[in-house]
Amino acid sequence: MNPQLIRGLGYITASIFFIFGLKMLSSQATARRGNRISAVGMLIAVVTTLTAMEDIRWFWIVFGAGLGCVVGVLAARLVKMTAMPEMVGLFNGFGGLASLLVGWSEYHGKWAAADPVSLFTTVAIFLTVLIGAVTFSGSLVAYGKLSALIEGRPILYKKQNLVNAFVLGAIAALGILFSVQKLDQLSGGGYALVYLELIAIVVLALVLGVLSTIPIGGADMPVVICLLNSYSGLAACAAGFVIGNNVLIVSGSLVGASGLILTRIMCKAMNRSLANVLFSGFGSAVGVKAAGYQGQANPIAPADAYLILEAAHNVVFVPGYGMAAAQAQHVVRELGELLHDNGAEVRYCIHPVAGRMPGHMNVLLAEANVPYEMLVEPPDVNPTMEMVDVAIVIGANDVVNPAAKEDQASPLWGMPIIEVDRARTCIVLKRSLNPGFAGVDNPLFFKSNTRMLFGDAKASIASLVSEFKQ
Amino acid sequence: MELNATTIPLLFFVFVLAMFLGVELIKKVPSQLHTPLMSGSNAISGITIVGALIASSREGGTAIATLLAVLAVLFATINVVGGYLVTDRMLEMFKTKAKDGGKP
Repeated sequence: MNPQLIRGLGYITASIFFIFGLKMLSSQATARRGNRISAVGMLIAVVTTLTAMEDIRWFWIVFGAGLGCVVGVLAARLVKMTAMPEMVGLFNGFGGLASLLVGWSEYHGKWAAADPVSLFTTVAIFLTVLIGAVTFSGSLVAYGKLSALIEGRPILYKKQNLVNAFVLGAIAALGILFSVQKLDQLSGGGYALVYLELIAIVVLALVLGVLSTIPIGGADMPVVICLLNSYSGLAACAAGFVIGNNVLIVSGSLVGASGLILTRIMCKAMNRSLANVLFSGFGSAVGVKAAGYQGQANPIAPADAYLILEAAHNVVFVPGYGMAAAQAQHVVRELGELLHDNGAEVRYCIHPVAGRMPGHMNVLLAEANVPYEMLVEPPDVNPTMEMVDVAIVIGANDVVNPAAKEDQASPLWGMPIIEVDRARTCIVLKRSLNPGFAGVDNPLFFKSNTRMLFGDAKASIASLVSEFKQ
Repeated sequence: MELNATTIPLLFFVFVLAMFLGVELIKKVPSQLHTPLMSGSNAISGITIVGALIASSREGGTAIATLLAVLAVLFATINVVGGYLVTDRMLEMFKTKAKDGGKP
């Protein structure tokens, strides 16, 4: 058969698998099968490509792909569930880097041969390299922040947006210079210069990725991870335009679009615009200081907390990043079961942006075997919050901060929260009174119906569990 | 595919339709599935491996072009293999939970 035809049919089949895979990933019952179908689609795409290629450099391909498989399998097997956000961030960065390298390699080949290159192709190469590099360095910064290798708080300096605008402007200018060159008509000096322009674009784009990610605080990471995910799709898509390949364009834009949708969902959950997340350095140490809530926090001992819980009929757990950090999900499930056996209605209310990644808490509670039916979303709980005897806040902070409703000066103003302050009693598990990741004070800690259970979340819950068992 | 005045508009046509399809596909995802969806779609973005394979064996490619392409194969493979496996691992946990579904 004609290799063109084989390739066309193979790529269409792969695209169908990706589409079905994504569709099935959006429903609980079919998600796992969907992921496998999408993996089969990837295999079809790779096999089709190899079948339709002539003169394959097998040694190098087996070397690169073999090493990649080993690293990928090891990383995926060894990563702890709590470290999942940074792992996904890192894989994402590698995807961006791969697209960057594809664009670069294509250009190098054409440059070395002084091929006539159309304006369309040079623009596509420019975009591939730019988006790929921003994805790569941005994901590395996100990885560093999530794994606490670098400061999680927003890193801000004066004239930050001005510097970013300057870098972006420089990239755009270089991009235009780079794209309009006709490789086959260049003389010696210009010929070397155009390659330097490409290198400068790569370097500046890497810098831009870092600069645009460092001012974003840990609490905003879910948005950034979604956005970078979208970028890596768009980078693959741009690479598809460079080599004129349909399957790259289809899959890249599917990922790009889904990443944008998720980004929008995350922004909505925080009642903020994307521009606000990206440029405001939200919750920075130098940012607006709200009222500076003062008052008396009421500490509580585990033995007294047990007495409150023992009498409760309706309990809601509100997990946050603190649960992930303390690896407390298993003891939390145990406490939930004990409360349930004690006759209480137990639910887990999960805020869409709790944790460091979209759906972070769901993954952890699933790992601890918490039944799916017990997980609820804020709109399910808020209207009947008065009926809740005890709300147990485990290392969540901003998503339960009543300042979002009460204090117009607060940076959180307007964000939909879980209104635990309206529960009859609210027990907050926390290490100290320090503000959360966003650096915003939380008046919840000083409310008359709030009790603070200080200490490591895992140890605190474990002591409650042992109280119950006695 | 040869890039010319006929094929370029076709590529854009495919691009625009796929963007709309992507938006429609993901519109209604329960928040429980955000993480697997993200890491699953992240694995799909490793499709750039196709571009890397093609670039690695281009005829008359210089050593540097091949080296860059092989590196691209390496990183794209990590993205694809790691991404799919991590997603599967997550969804496996969701599965166990569905099995215990009868238990309150």
